[in-house]
Amino acid sequence: MTGISVAFGGVKALTDVSLTVEPGQVHGLIGPNGAGKTTMFNVACGLVRATEGRIVWRGQELRRLRPAQLAGLGIARTLQGVGLFPGLTVLENVMVGAHKHAKAGFFSALFAIPTADKDDARLRERAMGALTELDAEGYAARYPGSLPYPVQKRVALARALVSEPELLLLDEPASGLSEDEMHELGELIRLLSGRMSVLLVEHHMDLVMRVCDQITVLDSGRQIAAGTPQQVQNDPAVTEAYLGDAVDDTTDVSELAGTDGGTHRG
Amino acid sequence: MQEFVNLTLGGVITGSVYAAFALALVLIWRSTRIVNFAQGAMAALTTFIAIALIDAGQSYWVGLVVALLSGLVIGAVVERVVIRPVEGGPELNAVIVTLGLFIAIQALISVLFGVNQRAFVPPFSNIGFRIGDTTLGSLSPNTVYTLIAVLLVMVALIALFRFTRLGLAMRASAFGQEVARLLGVRVGRMLTLGWALAAVVGSLAGMLIAAETAFVAPTFMDSLIVFGFVAAVLGGLDSPIGAVVGGLVLGVALSYVRGYLGDTLVGLAALVILVVVLLVRPGGLFSTTQTRRA
Repeated sequence: MTGISVAFGGVKALTDVSLTVEPGQVHGLIGPNGAGKTTMFNVACGLVRATEGRIVWRGQELRRLRPAQLAGLGIARTLQGVGLFPGLTVLENVMVGAHKHAKAGFFSALFAIPTADKDDARLRERAMGALTELDAEGYAARYPGSLPYPVQKRVALARALVSEPELLLLDEPASGLSEDEMHELGELIRLLSGRMSVLLVEHHMDLVMRVCDQITVLDSGRQIAAGTPQQVQNDPAVTEAYLGDAVDDTTDVSELAGTDGGTHRG
Repeated sequence: MQEFVNLTLGGVITGSVYAAFALALVLIWRSTRIVNFAQGAMAALTTFIAIALIDAGQSYWVGLVVALLSGLVIGAVVERVVIRPVEGGPELNAVIVTLGLFIAIQALISVLFGVNQRAFVPPFSNIGFRIGDTTLGSLSPNTVYTLIAVLLVMVALIALFRFTRLGLAMRASAFGQEVARLLGVRVGRMLTLGWALAAVVGSLAGMLIAAETAFVAPTFMDSLIVFGFVAAVLGGLDSPIGAVVGGLVLGVALSYVRGYLGDTLVGLAALVILVVVLLVRPGGLFSTTQTRRA
């Protein structure tokens, strides 16, 4: 993504932001609240159209694509919150994620022609496999509303993984998780990066610093730093942005600075 | 006793047609949050198409197939052309559009086929079965056919929604359009298909009602839209099973009213039931809390 700018009416949400997610790497997108992380993320998955700039995926310009086509290109995303379908079972939710892999056409599926049946069975198997990978296979027949939040998040992740995307977009996957669960999530993301590229929007610095290969920092819609976790941590512009904007959020600041936050303020 | 049995059986049979019609309304409500007031007129149109074919010498079955297929096409076209622009907009817009469509289609039927009543010959005899000395007036070969046809359609719909990938995609689109789109589901196509399927079910209900009443005018489905709507609300508008149960309950209740209190009170009784349900259980008998929140 190069030179991305987004304006909502007269308000500039993003100004000239560029980032590249390398194959097999985890790329973090961070910044204080309102920095434009989610906007950038939505540009990447086609929900928000960039007013300027180019999005290139495997040599293909993506700007004019609709969200439904994006899935067909091997890009999957999770949503802030969970976004599971309430009236579908856990297994069915994941099966929708594998939707684009089904081979049978529209009409053979409509009239339940045997190839479509075999397809359905395969779909079911794949979905079950994805649930097993995330230790959620025991919940397959349950409805999402009845499950604890962390389990719902795992199911949502399974739904994104089942399509075997080449690029996985994660929107604040750690929100609402406990310390332990976040740790597990970190391990999982590292594990996944062997199979796909990951773009991670997250404000838990701890997690970002641990799992990301590259980090882009946004502040007020502008890119203020980019590089490895070490480079970003030592960048004075980043420290300043965080200290200026989020003094009350002491954990974030201390983690970001890589030292005890107290020394910076004291 | 014999009268009671007859009224109950008759109620179950007309109730099954209400159920089918209610199901058509629910299909559309679930996917697009629109009550399709034009459903009855659309079904009347396809029934008149079938009558034209039958009058021209074709068999009932050819007429039925053509009615269902034209329902499929009309449903899809209506969604694409008329409904798509108001989808997701203020609810009142969609209501006005479907009401306008209702009047327009009814006028179209009069233009194409005339305003007079047309005779409709049922595919099977309407003379009741005899068991010993008693005649079961409401159980005839034709009403048995009605029951079987409605049952077949319901089983087919359940199979489609429960067990096929397409049904899954349609349900996903109904529960969360935006998310479904992100997962690669062609939501627009699913909505069109939902309307088309609903129109097929509605067309079948039209053909079945026509076979029972034996005479049809362009307005012959008007009362069915009221009964179908009451049945759907009774079941909670969101629940296909609720629509079926609601249809059967309403059919039997109205049959008792017709038999014990008089024909003229049927319409009033339907409205009384609707008001009572809305007062006591506004979400319908089968609504889940989750759909009520939505």
